[in-house]
Amino acid sequence: MSSDKIDAGKPVGGLPSPLRRKLLLGMAALPAVGLLPRGALAQALPTDAVNTTKLAVTDSTVKVGILHSTTGTMAISETGSVQAEKLAIAQINEMGGVLGRKIEVIQEDGASDWPTFAEKARKLLVEDKVAAVFGCWTSASRKAVLPVFEQYNGMLYYPTFYEGLEQSKNVIYTGQEATQQILAGLDWVTKEKGAKSFFLIGSDYIWPRTSNKIARKHIEMKGQKVVGEEYFPLGHTQFNSVINKIKLTKPDVIYASVVGGSNVAFYKQMKAAGIDLNKQVLMTISVTEDEMLGIGGENIAGAYACMKYFQSLQNPNNEKFVAAFKAMWGANSVIGDVTQAGYLGPWLWKLTVEKAQSFDIDKIAVASEGIEFSGAPEGYVRVHGNHHLWSKTRVGRARPDGQFDVVYETADLIEPNPFPKGYQ
Amino acid sequence: MFEGYSLAELGSIFAMQGFAGLILFSVFVLMALGLAIIFGQMGVINMAHGEFMILGAYVTYLCSNFISSTAPALFPAYFFIAMILAFVASGALGMLVEWGMIRFLYRRPLDTLLATWGLSLILQQVFRSVFGAREVGVVLPDWLMGSVAVTDTIEVPINGLFVMALTMAITVVIYAVMFRSRWGQGVRAVMQNRTMAGAVGINTEKVDRYTFGLGCGIAGVAGSAFTMVGSTGPTSGQLYIVDTFLVVVFGGAQSLVGTIASAFTISQAQSTMEFFLSGSTAKVLTLLTVVVILMLRPQGLFVLKVRR
Repeated sequence: MSSDKIDAGKPVGGLPSPLRRKLLLGMAALPAVGLLPRGALAQALPTDAVNTTKLAVTDSTVKVGILHSTTGTMAISETGSVQAEKLAIAQINEMGGVLGRKIEVIQEDGASDWPTFAEKARKLLVEDKVAAVFGCWTSASRKAVLPVFEQYNGMLYYPTFYEGLEQSKNVIYTGQEATQQILAGLDWVTKEKGAKSFFLIGSDYIWPRTSNKIARKHIEMKGQKVVGEEYFPLGHTQFNSVINKIKLTKPDVIYASVVGGSNVAFYKQMKAAGIDLNKQVLMTISVTEDEMLGIGGENIAGAYACMKYFQSLQNPNNEKFVAAFKAMWGANSVIGDVTQAGYLGPWLWKLTVEKAQSFDIDKIAVASEGIEFSGAPEGYVRVHGNHHLWSKTRVGRARPDGQFDVVYETADLIEPNPFPKGYQ
Repeated sequence: MFEGYSLAELGSIFAMQGFAGLILFSVFVLMALGLAIIFGQMGVINMAHGEFMILGAYVTYLCSNFISSTAPALFPAYFFIAMILAFVASGALGMLVEWGMIRFLYRRPLDTLLATWGLSLILQQVFRSVFGAREVGVVLPDWLMGSVAVTDTIEVPINGLFVMALTMAITVVIYAVMFRSRWGQGVRAVMQNRTMAGAVGINTEKVDRYTFGLGCGIAGVAGSAFTMVGSTGPTSGQLYIVDTFLVVVFGGAQSLVGTIASAFTISQAQSTMEFFLSGSTAKVLTLLTVVVILMLRPQGLFVLKVRR
């Protein structure tokens, strides 16, 4: 198992339980990692050799943690990530696990409270000694657990697109950092729509502010104009005044990074105020299929979203992924950008462990660079030395049914650059 | 920011901005009326007010799903049915809560704060378990979406007008109930002097229960109406609670007129400042103003004169 590449393989049959059948259904399609009979690897690789730091690894099992909010405000967003991570883990187990060891999940609830995240992270690392943790969603929760992961030397796979300006030996960032997400989208809208003026609007916290800072620099560097930049407190529900301001300034593009419940109010009120998104170009970096559920497709149809993944992406990996996800979590599930990035975590970890031939955190941190996953729903991805992913950026156009039409994707993978020069 | 615009353009923007302020005013009044009745008339600090609103929103969501699948012909009018059901559902839950919890706490107003805060957490988790953690999208009839073009450049959102009309109607009804009906007289008597009201034969327990139910029912209607402008999720109620208390406390807790006056002041201030300044700064300035005024006038804008 020295190769990171994936070749076809069939899961070993077994109990005909409904869940298992569902999983198999999805699995049949999945690019499987070359399979050895169960247990063979464990004997070939004794636990003492692959686990020198007393992690929770036995001859037949390995424990990992999932740390997301399943209660509180953030449950809205984090539910999808939990589902994707569990799907990936179930699929990996069907293929025989990691180094012949079944993955056992210990799930903790961060409860949308950052100190709770830190506390639970400490519990997972110190008491449970998990080999990896898949979790966190907001930057605030990641910042809260980061010192814990660095102190106790754990490994976190973090799925959300975020503002950048961070890099750690103990974190793999499977979402995009800000420049990956923003620059390609701005270039596209300039080229395709002839945009010259932009109105930036976002929720008032670190991610929209950092993102808009990058966007503004990029816009001004190209001689275009920012005609307005506005922030609203999280949870703000009245946008009529700023909508009037948008009408007054007549920007070519509204560039939106409003999050959470505010999103719903923003788009409903824009539609009510007579702004037709089929005529007024709006580009958002914060609305995924998940948010569309609450906004209502008919209220946002015509808007453009810029991120790395859309559920409607047409490639064999994604078709299998979507089918497996729906088989496991219900036919009505929707899959947004972060959910897909959450799905990458367990797979990247598995590939890294197999490359390193070890569960040791230090070895995984080093081995992560250059890990390739060609089975990713978004298409081929590769881990950069800075622990972020090379990935393509795509622009999707919102449809009334709550999905996106992918109208553009970058030709090449974009290099992650968490500390962009000239943009700070 | 106004260079390069014609006078006509500026005129229409200001007209639309005026409407934006009025719409915000209606939203504030609608949010605050239910709480003003409960907090002002009964002295109960109901931290679960937002959750009663969201219950109304979820009822609207269920109603929209049910009607579009069983009787699509009725869909354009479903919103009215939904609002009535929302009133009934939130009102009934309110009465249940009053009976099971609040009535034991009338002599301990600060404890109602904690108890209703707990209730709000419980309700949030119930919503989450029943409807899922994600926000749900409420489909609105087409006639509620879009805007009316008053002139070529002035456009007024229809749902804004709808909220304004609804607020006016509810305010009139509340006024009639509280100040023109015998029951309202009873409510006011209980509020002014509970012991004395009991002594003259008013069933204070019953009055309390119905008053609490009425306040919660109005919250339900407000929640139902807000599906037009806001989100419907387990924690969406939290988005409204701060503004609601702000309006009620600023207006003077015991006066419905005060609530309306304070909603008007706050909404106009916020809407105007949001236009000229940035959103967050506007919010900060609004809150600062309210703090300063409350320091000078701790009883709020309007005070009910009662001989104790």
